[in-house]
Amino acid sequence: MLKATDLYCERDDRVLFQNLDLELSAGQVLQIQGSNGSGKSTLLRVLCGLNTDYRGTICWQGTPVDQVRADYCRGIFYLGHAAAIKKILSPVENLRWFCAMQGTVDEKAIKAALSESGLRGYDDIPCFMLSAGQQRRVSLARLHLSSARLWLLDEPFTALDHRGVGELESFLTAHVQSGGAVILTTHHPLQMACEVRVVNLDDLALPLETERDV
Amino acid sequence: MYDAEQQAGLGSVMGATLRRELLIAMRSPAAMLNPLVFFVIAVTLFPLGAGGDSEFLSAIAAGVIWVTALLAVMLSMDSLFRSDYEDGSLEQLLIGSQPLYFLLLTRVFSHWLVSSLPLVLLTPVLASMLALPQEGMVILVLSLLLGTPTLSLIGAIGMALTVGLSRSGLLLAVLVLPLFIPVLVFGTGAVQSALNGLPVSGLLALLGAILALALALAPLAIAAALRISVN
Repeated sequence: MLKATDLYCERDDRVLFQNLDLELSAGQVLQIQGSNGSGKSTLLRVLCGLNTDYRGTICWQGTPVDQVRADYCRGIFYLGHAAAIKKILSPVENLRWFCAMQGTVDEKAIKAALSESGLRGYDDIPCFMLSAGQQRRVSLARLHLSSARLWLLDEPFTALDHRGVGELESFLTAHVQSGGAVILTTHHPLQMACEVRVVNLDDLALPLETERDV
Repeated sequence: MYDAEQQAGLGSVMGATLRRELLIAMRSPAAMLNPLVFFVIAVTLFPLGAGGDSEFLSAIAAGVIWVTALLAVMLSMDSLFRSDYEDGSLEQLLIGSQPLYFLLLTRVFSHWLVSSLPLVLLTPVLASMLALPQEGMVILVLSLLLGTPTLSLIGAIGMALTVGLSRSGLLLAVLVLPLFIPVLVFGTGAVQSALNGLPVSGLLALLGAILALALALAPLAIAAALRISVN
Protein backbone atom coordinates (compact mmCIF):
# COMPACT_ATOMS: atom_id res chain seq x y z
CA MET A 1 0.00 0.00 0.00
CA LEU A 2 2.59 2.53 1.13
CA LYS A 3 6.29 2.21 0.53
CA ALA A 4 8.93 4.73 1.51
CA THR A 5 12.56 4.25 0.55
CA ASP A 6 15.71 5.96 1.73
CA LEU A 7 13.94 8.76 3.60
CA TYR A 8 16.18 11.48 4.93
CA CYS A 9 15.06 14.47 6.93
CA GLU A 10 16.92 17.04 8.94
CA ARG A 11 15.76 19.90 11.08
CA ASP A 12 17.89 22.76 12.37
CA ASP A 13 21.07 21.02 11.12
CA ARG A 14 20.20 17.87 13.04
CA VAL A 15 19.53 14.65 11.16
CA LEU A 16 16.22 13.24 12.33
CA PHE A 17 16.34 10.08 10.26
CA GLN A 18 18.29 8.74 7.32
CA ASN A 19 18.23 5.60 5.16
CA LEU A 20 14.77 4.97 6.53
CA ASP A 21 12.79 2.33 4.65
CA LEU A 22 9.16 1.63 5.43
CA GLU A 23 6.75 -0.72 3.79
CA LEU A 24 3.16 -1.22 4.76
CA SER A 25 0.56 -3.45 3.16
CA ALA A 26 -3.13 -3.78 3.82
CA GLY A 27 -3.81 -5.46 7.14
CA GLN A 28 -0.73 -4.16 8.91
CA VAL A 29 -0.07 -1.87 11.84
CA LEU A 30 3.18 0.05 12.09
CA GLN A 31 4.12 1.64 15.37
CA ILE A 32 6.74 4.37 15.26
CA GLN A 33 8.67 4.69 18.47
CA GLY A 34 11.39 7.05 19.58
CA SER A 35 12.26 9.42 22.36
CA ASN A 36 10.87 12.96 22.46
CA GLY A 37 12.21 15.00 19.58
CA SER A 38 13.34 11.97 17.61
CA GLY A 39 11.18 12.93 14.63
CA LYS A 40 8.09 10.73 14.99
CA SER A 41 5.65 13.52 14.22
CA THR A 42 7.88 14.84 11.46
CA LEU A 43 7.92 11.40 9.86
CA LEU A 44 4.11 11.27 9.88
CA ARG A 45 3.92 14.79 8.43
CA VAL A 46 6.38 13.78 5.72
CA LEU A 47 4.29 10.71 4.92
CA CYS A 48 1.03 12.64 4.66
CA GLY A 49 2.54 15.40 2.52
CA LEU A 50 2.47 18.31 4.99
CA ASN A 51 6.23 18.44 5.32
CA THR A 52 8.15 18.57 2.06
CA ASP A 53 11.68 19.09 3.39
CA TYR A 54 12.84 15.54 2.90
CA ARG A 55 14.76 13.38 0.46
CA GLY A 56 13.75 9.91 -0.67
CA THR A 57 10.70 8.50 -2.37
CA ILE A 58 7.26 7.69 -1.06
CA CYS A 59 5.12 5.41 -3.21
CA TRP A 60 1.37 4.86 -2.93
CA GLN A 61 0.17 1.60 -4.50
CA GLY A 62 3.47 1.45 -6.36
CA THR A 63 3.42 4.97 -7.84
CA PRO A 64 5.30 7.97 -6.39
CA VAL A 65 2.80 10.08 -4.42
CA ASP A 66 3.53 13.24 -6.40
CA GLN A 67 1.95 11.61 -9.45
CA VAL A 68 -1.16 10.38 -7.63
CA ARG A 69 -1.59 13.19 -5.11
CA ALA A 70 -5.40 13.44 -5.31
CA ASP A 71 -5.80 9.68 -5.06
CA TYR A 72 -3.37 9.57 -2.15
CA CYS A 73 -5.18 12.36 -0.29
CA ARG A 74 -8.43 10.39 -0.60
CA GLY A 75 -6.70 7.27 0.63
CA ILE A 76 -5.19 8.62 3.84
CA PHE A 77 -6.52 10.00 7.08
CA TYR A 78 -4.17 12.09 9.20
CA LEU A 79 -4.67 12.94 12.84
CA GLY A 80 -2.08 15.39 14.13
CA HIS A 81 -1.26 16.77 17.55
CA ALA A 82 -3.87 19.46 17.06
CA ALA A 83 -7.33 17.98 17.12
CA ALA A 84 -8.65 20.00 14.15
CA ILE A 85 -11.77 20.68 16.19
CA LYS A 86 -13.38 24.13 16.29
CA LYS A 87 -14.09 24.70 19.96
CA ILE A 88 -16.91 27.10 19.27
CA LEU A 89 -18.83 24.54 17.22
CA SER A 90 -20.62 21.47 18.53
CA PRO A 91 -19.34 17.94 17.81
CA VAL A 92 -22.05 17.43 15.18
CA GLU A 93 -21.15 20.69 13.40
CA ASN A 94 -17.48 19.77 13.44
CA LEU A 95 -18.10 16.32 11.99
CA ARG A 96 -20.53 17.67 9.40
CA TRP A 97 -17.75 19.77 7.84
CA PHE A 98 -15.36 16.83 7.95
CA CYS A 99 -17.93 14.70 6.11
CA ALA A 100 -18.53 17.45 3.56
CA MET A 101 -14.79 17.56 2.89
CA GLN A 102 -15.00 13.85 2.14
CA GLY A 103 -17.91 14.32 -0.23
CA THR A 104 -21.05 13.13 1.54
CA VAL A 105 -22.84 14.26 4.68
CA ASP A 106 -24.85 11.53 6.37
CA GLU A 107 -26.50 12.80 9.55
CA LYS A 108 -27.28 9.28 10.78
CA ALA A 109 -23.66 8.21 10.36
CA ILE A 110 -22.51 11.28 12.31
CA LYS A 111 -24.86 10.46 15.20
CA ALA A 112 -23.70 6.84 15.13
CA ALA A 113 -20.03 7.86 15.08
CA LEU A 114 -20.55 10.11 18.11
CA SER A 115 -22.35 7.49 20.14
CA GLU A 116 -19.73 4.89 19.26
CA SER A 117 -17.08 7.33 20.47
CA GLY A 118 -18.84 7.60 23.80
CA LEU A 119 -20.28 11.07 23.19
CA ARG A 120 -23.96 10.26 23.13
CA GLY A 121 -25.86 13.23 24.52
CA TYR A 122 -23.06 15.69 23.84
CA ASP A 123 -24.04 16.23 20.18
CA ASP A 124 -25.05 19.86 20.43
CA ILE A 125 -22.81 21.19 23.20
CA PRO A 126 -20.02 23.53 22.06
CA CYS A 127 -16.71 21.67 22.15
CA PHE A 128 -15.09 24.19 24.52
CA MET A 129 -17.44 22.88 27.22
CA LEU A 130 -16.13 19.34 26.78
CA SER A 131 -13.13 17.92 28.63
CA ALA A 132 -9.80 17.34 26.88
CA GLY A 133 -10.53 13.62 26.61
CA GLN A 134 -13.97 14.25 25.17
CA GLN A 135 -12.51 16.68 22.62
CA ARG A 136 -10.09 13.95 21.65
CA ARG A 137 -13.04 11.61 21.21
CA VAL A 138 -14.71 14.10 18.87
CA SER A 139 -11.54 14.16 16.83
CA LEU A 140 -11.33 10.36 16.84
CA ALA A 141 -15.00 10.06 15.87
CA ARG A 142 -13.83 11.18 12.42
CA LEU A 143 -12.20 7.76 12.06
CA HIS A 144 -15.66 6.20 12.08
CA LEU A 145 -16.67 8.47 9.19
CA SER A 146 -13.50 8.24 7.17
CA SER A 147 -13.39 6.20 4.00
CA ALA A 148 -9.58 6.31 3.90
CA ARG A 149 -7.71 3.01 4.01
CA LEU A 150 -4.46 4.23 5.52
CA TRP A 151 -4.65 5.99 8.86
CA LEU A 152 -1.72 8.08 10.08
CA LEU A 153 -2.27 8.79 13.76
CA ASP A 154 0.01 10.97 15.83
CA GLU A 155 -0.34 10.07 19.52
CA PRO A 156 -3.99 9.02 19.21
CA PHE A 157 -4.21 7.81 22.82
CA THR A 158 -3.40 11.18 24.41
CA ALA A 159 -5.98 12.22 27.02
CA LEU A 160 -8.10 9.09 26.60
CA ASP A 161 -9.19 7.08 29.65
CA HIS A 162 -8.48 3.33 29.99
CA ARG A 163 -11.73 2.31 28.39
CA GLY A 164 -11.21 4.78 25.56
CA VAL A 165 -7.77 3.35 24.89
CA GLY A 166 -9.17 -0.19 24.78
CA GLU A 167 -12.02 0.83 22.49
CA LEU A 168 -9.66 2.63 20.12
CA GLU A 169 -7.31 -0.35 20.03
CA SER A 170 -10.09 -2.74 19.10
CA PHE A 171 -11.42 -0.25 16.56
CA LEU A 172 -7.98 0.01 14.95
CA THR A 173 -7.75 -3.79 14.92
CA ALA A 174 -11.12 -4.01 13.17
CA HIS A 175 -9.97 -1.48 10.56
CA VAL A 176 -6.79 -3.43 9.90
CA GLN A 177 -8.66 -6.74 9.68
CA SER A 178 -11.02 -5.30 7.09
CA GLY A 179 -8.14 -4.47 4.78
CA GLY A 180 -6.97 -1.12 6.11
CA ALA A 181 -3.59 -0.12 7.48
CA VAL A 182 -2.47 2.05 10.38
CA ILE A 183 0.73 3.94 11.13
CA LEU A 184 0.77 5.43 14.60
CA THR A 185 3.16 6.99 17.05
CA THR A 186 2.69 6.28 20.70
CA HIS A 187 4.65 5.61 23.85
CA HIS A 188 1.87 3.43 25.11
CA PRO A 189 2.42 -0.38 24.86
CA LEU A 190 -0.18 -1.52 22.36
CA GLN A 191 -2.52 -4.38 23.27
CA MET A 192 -3.84 -5.21 19.86
CA ALA A 193 -5.09 -8.54 18.60
CA CYS A 194 -3.07 -8.27 15.42
CA GLU A 195 0.53 -8.09 14.33
CA VAL A 196 2.22 -4.79 15.18
CA ARG A 197 5.53 -3.92 13.55
CA VAL A 198 7.72 -1.42 15.33
CA VAL A 199 10.13 1.13 13.92
CA ASN A 200 12.31 2.85 16.45
CA LEU A 201 13.74 6.13 15.26
CA ASP A 202 16.34 6.13 18.03
CA ASP A 203 18.34 3.22 16.67
CA LEU A 204 18.38 3.65 12.94
CA ALA A 205 21.87 2.20 12.79
CA LEU A 206 20.34 -1.11 13.85
CA PRO A 207 18.08 -3.18 11.57
CA LEU A 208 15.01 -1.05 11.19
CA GLU A 209 12.17 -3.39 11.75
CA THR A 210 11.70 -6.01 14.40
CA GLU A 211 8.82 -8.39 14.33
CA ARG A 212 6.68 -8.50 17.38
CA ASP A 213 3.56 -10.45 18.16
CA VAL A 214 1.38 -9.25 20.95
CA MET B 1 -11.17 18.98 -15.86
CA TYR B 2 -13.75 17.75 -13.33
CA ASP B 3 -16.63 15.51 -14.19
CA ALA B 4 -20.20 16.30 -13.17
CA GLU B 5 -20.16 14.26 -9.99
CA GLN B 6 -17.05 16.00 -8.74
CA GLN B 7 -18.58 19.38 -9.58
CA ALA B 8 -21.66 18.59 -7.51
CA GLY B 9 -19.35 17.49 -4.70
CA LEU B 10 -17.34 20.68 -5.01
CA GLY B 11 -20.48 22.82 -4.75
CA SER B 12 -21.57 21.09 -1.56
CA VAL B 13 -18.07 21.36 -0.05
CA MET B 14 -18.02 25.09 -0.78
CA GLY B 15 -21.53 25.41 0.67
CA ALA B 16 -20.55 23.49 3.79
CA THR B 17 -17.40 25.61 4.24
CA LEU B 18 -19.40 28.82 3.85
CA ARG B 19 -22.03 27.67 6.35
CA ARG B 20 -19.35 26.66 8.84
CA GLU B 21 -17.53 29.98 8.57
CA LEU B 22 -20.74 31.98 8.97
CA LEU B 23 -21.72 29.87 11.97
CA ILE B 24 -18.33 30.52 13.58
CA ALA B 25 -18.73 34.25 12.89
CA MET B 26 -22.20 34.25 14.49
CA ARG B 27 -20.94 32.48 17.58
CA SER B 28 -17.98 34.84 18.06
CA PRO B 29 -19.15 38.21 16.81
CA ALA B 30 -15.96 40.00 17.93
CA ALA B 31 -14.24 39.11 14.67
CA MET B 32 -17.11 40.73 12.81
CA LEU B 33 -17.56 43.77 15.06
CA ASN B 34 -13.90 44.76 15.62
CA PRO B 35 -13.20 46.09 12.11
CA LEU B 36 -16.60 47.76 12.00
CA VAL B 37 -16.13 49.55 15.33
CA PHE B 38 -12.61 50.59 14.34
CA PHE B 39 -13.94 51.95 11.05
CA VAL B 40 -16.71 53.97 12.70
CA ILE B 41 -14.49 55.39 15.45
CA ALA B 42 -11.59 56.29 13.17
CA VAL B 43 -13.79 58.04 10.62
CA THR B 44 -15.68 59.86 13.38
CA LEU B 45 -12.43 61.29 14.74
CA PHE B 46 -11.65 63.14 11.49
CA PRO B 47 -14.32 65.88 11.74
CA LEU B 48 -13.29 66.36 15.37
CA GLY B 49 -9.62 66.64 14.54
CA ALA B 50 -9.83 68.50 11.26
CA GLY B 51 -12.48 71.01 12.28
CA GLY B 52 -16.08 71.38 11.19
CA ASP B 53 -15.43 73.12 7.85
CA SER B 54 -17.72 71.07 5.61
CA GLU B 55 -16.03 72.18 2.40
CA PHE B 56 -12.67 70.86 3.62
CA LEU B 57 -14.26 67.68 4.96
CA SER B 58 -16.04 66.92 1.72
CA ALA B 59 -12.73 67.31 -0.12
CA ILE B 60 -11.02 64.67 2.03
CA ALA B 61 -14.08 62.43 2.65
CA ALA B 62 -13.35 59.84 -0.04
CA GLY B 63 -9.71 59.52 0.98
CA VAL B 64 -10.51 59.24 4.69
CA ILE B 65 -13.12 56.55 4.16
CA TRP B 66 -10.95 54.57 1.74
CA VAL B 67 -7.84 54.69 3.94
CA THR B 68 -9.78 53.76 7.06
CA ALA B 69 -11.57 50.92 5.27
CA LEU B 70 -8.23 49.64 4.05
CA LEU B 71 -6.78 49.66 7.56
CA ALA B 72 -9.92 47.98 8.91
CA VAL B 73 -9.60 45.19 6.33
CA MET B 74 -5.99 44.70 7.34
CA LEU B 75 -6.92 44.57 11.03
CA SER B 76 -9.57 41.96 10.32
CA MET B 77 -7.09 39.66 8.58
CA ASP B 78 -5.88 38.11 11.81
CA SER B 79 -9.12 36.19 12.19
CA LEU B 80 -8.79 34.62 8.74
CA PHE B 81 -6.32 31.74 9.17
CA ARG B 82 -4.97 32.14 12.71
CA SER B 83 -7.40 29.88 14.56
CA ASP B 84 -7.34 27.29 11.77
CA TYR B 85 -3.57 27.22 12.02
CA GLU B 86 -3.66 26.77 15.77
CA ASP B 87 -6.31 24.07 15.98
CA GLY B 88 -5.03 22.01 13.05
CA SER B 89 -7.97 22.61 10.68
CA LEU B 90 -5.54 24.16 8.23
CA GLU B 91 -3.59 20.89 7.97
CA GLN B 92 -6.80 19.02 7.23
CA LEU B 93 -7.65 21.60 4.56
CA LEU B 94 -4.24 21.21 2.92
CA ILE B 95 -4.19 17.41 2.83
CA GLY B 96 -7.86 17.13 1.91
CA SER B 97 -8.78 15.73 -1.47
CA GLN B 98 -10.90 18.74 -2.43
CA PRO B 99 -9.47 21.40 -4.76
CA LEU B 100 -7.77 23.92 -2.50
CA TYR B 101 -8.34 26.82 -4.92
CA PHE B 102 -12.11 26.82 -4.47
CA LEU B 103 -11.96 26.13 -0.74
CA LEU B 104 -9.66 29.11 -0.19
CA LEU B 105 -11.83 31.29 -2.41
CA THR B 106 -14.80 30.32 -0.26
CA ARG B 107 -12.87 31.07 2.92
CA VAL B 108 -11.85 34.53 1.75
CA PHE B 109 -15.35 35.25 0.44
CA SER B 110 -16.96 34.31 3.76
CA HIS B 111 -14.41 36.43 5.59
CA TRP B 112 -15.21 39.39 3.32
CA LEU B 113 -18.92 38.82 3.82
CA VAL B 114 -18.53 38.94 7.58
CA SER B 115 -15.88 41.61 8.13
CA SER B 116 -15.95 43.94 5.10
CA LEU B 117 -19.48 43.97 3.73
CA PRO B 118 -21.02 45.52 6.89
CA LEU B 119 -18.40 48.24 6.65
CA VAL B 120 -19.30 49.01 3.03
CA LEU B 121 -23.00 49.09 3.91
CA LEU B 122 -22.34 51.60 6.68
CA THR B 123 -20.31 53.89 4.42
CA PRO B 124 -23.18 56.16 3.27
CA VAL B 125 -23.88 57.17 6.89
CA LEU B 126 -20.24 58.04 7.58
CA ALA B 127 -19.85 59.73 4.21
CA SER B 128 -22.77 62.05 4.96
CA MET B 129 -21.13 62.85 8.28
CA LEU B 130 -18.07 63.93 6.29
CA ALA B 131 -20.33 66.03 4.04
CA LEU B 132 -19.57 64.05 0.90
CA PRO B 133 -21.81 65.45 -1.86
CA GLN B 134 -24.63 63.21 -3.09
CA GLU B 135 -23.10 62.59 -6.53
CA GLY B 136 -20.06 60.94 -4.98
CA MET B 137 -22.02 58.62 -2.67
CA VAL B 138 -23.02 55.88 -5.11
CA ILE B 139 -19.57 55.78 -6.67
CA LEU B 140 -17.93 55.58 -3.23
CA VAL B 141 -20.03 52.54 -2.28
CA LEU B 142 -19.52 50.96 -5.70
CA SER B 143 -15.77 51.47 -5.59
CA LEU B 144 -15.63 49.94 -2.10
CA LEU B 145 -17.76 47.00 -3.24
CA LEU B 146 -15.29 46.36 -6.05
CA GLY B 147 -12.18 47.20 -4.05
CA THR B 148 -12.59 45.54 -0.65
CA PRO B 149 -12.75 41.96 -2.02
CA THR B 150 -9.42 42.66 -3.71
CA LEU B 151 -8.03 43.93 -0.41
CA SER B 152 -9.27 40.76 1.32
CA LEU B 153 -7.64 38.53 -1.29
CA ILE B 154 -4.31 40.37 -1.14
CA GLY B 155 -4.45 40.53 2.65
CA ALA B 156 -5.10 36.79 2.76
CA ILE B 157 -1.82 36.17 0.91
CA GLY B 158 0.06 38.19 3.53
CA MET B 159 -1.82 36.49 6.35
CA ALA B 160 -1.07 33.05 4.90
CA LEU B 161 2.63 33.92 4.79
CA THR B 162 2.75 35.21 8.36
CA VAL B 163 0.28 32.87 10.08
CA GLY B 164 3.11 30.80 11.54
CA LEU B 165 4.56 33.79 13.38
CA SER B 166 3.13 34.63 16.76
CA ARG B 167 3.20 38.41 16.27
CA SER B 168 2.70 39.14 12.64
CA GLY B 169 0.89 42.51 12.83
CA LEU B 170 3.63 44.86 11.66
CA LEU B 171 5.10 42.40 9.17
CA LEU B 172 1.67 41.91 7.65
CA ALA B 173 1.29 45.67 7.25
CA VAL B 174 4.69 46.00 5.59
CA LEU B 175 3.95 43.12 3.23
CA VAL B 176 0.44 44.03 2.29
CA LEU B 177 -0.03 47.80 2.42
CA PRO B 178 2.15 48.55 -0.65
CA LEU B 179 0.00 46.11 -2.62
CA PHE B 180 -3.13 47.92 -1.47
CA ILE B 181 -1.98 51.22 -3.04
CA PRO B 182 -3.30 50.70 -6.61
CA VAL B 183 -6.75 49.83 -5.25
CA LEU B 184 -6.68 52.91 -3.03
CA VAL B 185 -5.59 55.20 -5.87
CA PHE B 186 -8.25 54.00 -8.30
CA GLY B 187 -10.94 53.87 -5.63
CA THR B 188 -10.50 57.44 -4.41
CA GLY B 189 -9.82 58.57 -7.98
CA ALA B 190 -13.23 57.30 -9.06
CA VAL B 191 -14.99 59.27 -6.31
CA GLN B 192 -13.03 62.46 -7.09
CA SER B 193 -13.89 62.10 -10.78
CA ALA B 194 -17.55 61.72 -9.92
CA LEU B 195 -17.41 64.85 -7.75
CA ASN B 196 -15.79 66.79 -10.60
CA GLY B 197 -18.36 65.56 -13.10
CA LEU B 198 -15.86 63.44 -15.03
CA PRO B 199 -16.59 59.92 -16.34
CA VAL B 200 -15.86 57.19 -13.78
CA SER B 201 -16.48 54.02 -15.76
CA GLY B 202 -12.80 53.70 -16.69
CA LEU B 203 -11.60 53.75 -13.08
CA LEU B 204 -14.33 51.38 -11.94
CA ALA B 205 -13.41 49.06 -14.81
CA LEU B 206 -9.80 49.14 -13.60
CA LEU B 207 -10.94 48.22 -10.08
CA GLY B 208 -12.97 45.38 -11.58
CA ALA B 209 -9.98 44.21 -13.60
CA ILE B 210 -7.77 44.15 -10.50
CA LEU B 211 -10.47 42.17 -8.70
CA ALA B 212 -10.68 39.67 -11.57
CA LEU B 213 -6.91 39.27 -11.52
CA ALA B 214 -6.90 38.78 -7.75
CA LEU B 215 -9.74 36.23 -7.95
CA ALA B 216 -7.78 34.25 -10.52
CA LEU B 217 -4.34 34.37 -8.94
CA ALA B 218 -4.61 35.11 -5.21
CA PRO B 219 -5.96 31.66 -4.19
CA LEU B 220 -2.93 30.04 -5.83
CA ALA B 221 -0.59 32.34 -3.91
CA ILE B 222 -2.54 31.77 -0.67
CA ALA B 223 -2.29 28.00 -1.11
CA ALA B 224 1.46 28.15 -1.75
CA ALA B 225 1.97 30.48 1.24
CA LEU B 226 -0.08 28.25 3.54
CA ARG B 227 1.95 25.21 2.52
CA ILE B 228 5.13 27.08 3.42
CA SER B 229 3.69 28.20 6.76
CA VAL B 230 2.49 24.71 7.73
CA ASN B 231 5.72 23.03 6.60
